Amino acid sequence: MADITLRVNGSEHKVKVPPETPLLWVLRDTLQMTGTKFGCGAGLCGACTVHLEGAAVRSCSTPVSQAVGKNITTIEGLAGNGLHPLQQAWIAEQVPQCGYCQTGQIMAAAALLARTPQPSDEQITQAMSGNICRCGTYDRIRKAIHRVAAGGGR
Amino acid sequence: MSSLSRREFLVAGAAAGAGLVIGFYLPHGPSSGAAFTPNAFLKITPAGRITIVVARSEMGQGVHTSLPMILAEELEADWKQITIEQAGANPTLYGDQQTGSSASLRISWDPLRKAGAAAREMLISAAALEWGVPRSGCAAENSWVVHAASNRRLSYGQLAAKAAVLPIPVAAPLKDARDFKLVGKPVPRLDGPSKVDGTAVFGIDLRVPDMKYAVLARCPVIGGTVAGFDEKESRKIGGISFVGKIGDSAVAVVADSVWGALEGRRVLKVNWDEGPNQSLNSAAIFDGLKKSASNKAATLYSRGDVSKVAGRRIQAAYQTPLMAQAPMEPGNCTAHFRGSSCEIWGPMQWPPDVRDAVAKAVGLDPDEVKINVTLLGGGFGRRLDHDYAVEAALVSKAANMPVKVIWTREDDMQFSSYRPASYHVLSGVLDGSGWPVAFSHRIVEPSINTQKGFPGPSPDVDADLPDEASLIYSLPNALVEYVLTVTPVTPGYMRSVYGLETAFASESFIDELAAAAGKDPLEYRLHLLAKDEDIKFFDTTWKTARMRGVLQLAADKAGWGTPLPAGRYRGVACFGCFGTYMAEIVEISMENDQPRVHRVVGAIDCGQVVNPNILEQQIQGAVNFALANAVRAQITIEKGRVVQGNFDDYSPIRMNEAPAVDAYFVPSTEAPTGAGEPPVPPLAPALCNAIYAATKKRIRALPILG
Repeated sequence: MADITLRVNGSEHKVKVPPETPLLWVLRDTLQMTGTKFGCGAGLCGACTVHLEGAAVRSCSTPVSQAVGKNITTIEGLAGNGLHPLQQAWIAEQVPQCGYCQTGQIMAAAALLARTPQPSDEQITQAMSGNICRCGTYDRIRKAIHRVAAGGGR
Repeated sequence: MSSLSRREFLVAGAAAGAGLVIGFYLPHGPSSGAAFTPNAFLKITPAGRITIVVARSEMGQGVHTSLPMILAEELEADWKQITIEQAGANPTLYGDQQTGSSASLRISWDPLRKAGAAAREMLISAAALEWGVPRSGCAAENSWVVHAASNRRLSYGQLAAKAAVLPIPVAAPLKDARDFKLVGKPVPRLDGPSKVDGTAVFGIDLRVPDMKYAVLARCPVIGGTVAGFDEKESRKIGGISFVGKIGDSAVAVVADSVWGALEGRRVLKVNWDEGPNQSLNSAAIFDGLKKSASNKAATLYSRGDVSKVAGRRIQAAYQTPLMAQAPMEPGNCTAHFRGSSCEIWGPMQWPPDVRDAVAKAVGLDPDEVKINVTLLGGGFGRRLDHDYAVEAALVSKAANMPVKVIWTREDDMQFSSYRPASYHVLSGVLDGSGWPVAFSHRIVEPSINTQKGFPGPSPDVDADLPDEASLIYSLPNALVEYVLTVTPVTPGYMRSVYGLETAFASESFIDELAAAAGKDPLEYRLHLLAKDEDIKFFDTTWKTARMRGVLQLAADKAGWGTPLPAGRYRGVACFGCFGTYMAEIVEISMENDQPRVHRVVGAIDCGQVVNPNILEQQIQGAVNFALANAVRAQITIEKGRVVQGNFDDYSPIRMNEAPAVDAYFVPSTEAPTGAGEPPVPPLAPALCNAIYAATKKRIRALPILG
């Protein structure tokens, strides 16, 4: 066990966990932030996607010790007040079905748009193909990302 | 209007604040004839809050929106005032509450309309009484009753207590489809916001006070049991509170955290008695099916006499592998056994069955077990099983604490209940013009329901086959048969159940006949649907005209017959299951001997479309879901063990392979049938038919890249 301080969505949290604990479980169990999801535990599905210093990472495969001293952003903190444009677009395009993968999808999309505000279809495909959706919402995810890139949200 | 006795519909007392509560019984399932109990689909408070109870599970198919829409429509409610509540397990009131068989809309349509209409009429009557005016001068609209002549209105909230003491009308008039304000409109899903901001609570997110976490070590060999275990190393991991055998085949590790439980399980030493299936493998499974093909078969459908037809005979055998549902949310269930009661929280598709199974497992009466249904991160039939809940209840009882059992992705993949492998023998006889004058299809496959203890229409026919094995063509001589086999690999329900494999075989084979006849596959099918005919398959009367309708719609929208860019090819298939008609046209090119699917056009006839936005989601989703198993995803068995473990060796379709899916609906005011499963079966045969068009190679076994 180690005393660890994490900066999550702008706030400091002190936790006492084994340093090799995946960040995913510290977020979900210790900090009770369940917006980030467990899908595969092997970095294959993207449901656990969070941002470390703005870059998308798989929290299931990131030991919590590696997140110390870095700004961690989860779905809960993606938007400041209200909804992030991507979240607005996700609703406008009616993306979610079961919804389980969608917070990870949104985090991946946010990281994409942060570095490529006007992505091509190919760039969207490249950035988003790490995130699996068993309900097959890919068409609408693509539309929602284009919507934000075009200056919309709602 | 005549009314029901108060014993039949118990209305909440008119005491201040009680509002108007209407309960009704869904005439479905084994509890018909049982007494009505005071639970409700609709509650209106004096403050005007309208709560609609949803008694089906939300697993992405949109019932949290579509079912309330139906009731709100007849009620003439302001949709913005609607909140929903998930029902627990209450089969006396809600029927079997099984979310499956694409049945939610089909079963709920009439009862929800009647409930909404009855409430509306009572509110109108209450207003008329209040104003002392004839009912005929009053109208309900948008959560108000209005008396146009005197320009007065009262809100549903204001009327709630007065309406509650009125008799309940038996036959309140239902709205004409032309007057629908909600039904048929793309009403935004009510669950959208919480699913994008992370607040939606799935079973795996559920938290109860003092809860611990558990994972189970299960025997990796199918049917094996625990011979013994050594927990010494596990106990050295911090936070482990319990290690113990659960049932015959698993050992539970309970800890303060998921990670702690996983670490505890990692170092747990279990001696397994591997049991009778140690040498089972996929080759043996298929061998067994092929051998069983010549066993006595049950007739599912017969027309004319296929044995007396002469002509050019074509035969082929088809097969499909084991498949896993693999929803994105891995298995989980939370349980708190309290001695004389037990409470369960989880993502489940069949709450009353969970209640009964848990009660039996822990030695309680069903009404001592309380069921809470969460959101489901996908179901696809896997969550019809109660194993998750039984395990969790047993762990809670053994450990004497509230426990959430979590399944890893590997657990989920390797200890599932699987779509069984199947084998098919097809035979057709062509006349001099190439048309089929005889068509036979023998389905050889385990019986999922029989092995789960649910009887079919006869001992040799699985209970699901009537919904999923139909042959909807005008064929002068036709025969569909089923050979029931038995499997040690736990069989389970997977989106469309027998539909996927039945359609893969029959719709690929119809294409073989068309090719042998030198005819266009679309024209071939349309010829067999040209005559308006009723085709009766068990209790369903299918109409050739409706199948023709979806085929023509798909063909028009896909541009069948118009030139394609070089290197592109089309394939078509159509199928009917769960009362719904579906046609799909798949457009592909071949890249390095592998199909690349560019576009799928789907046309559906599911009666009255309740929510076109959700319907499009279902079609797009089902196509992507089916594509994975058509192309590559399969479960194989070696040495009695499931080989696949995660998304690297059982891989769903990702965005880079997802086709554009264009969905079209045949306009209809027939009562709705479902759409969750019907778009699955035509996908694989349409794709394989496109591959044949491209390569002249006929694929008779899934997966294509297997």
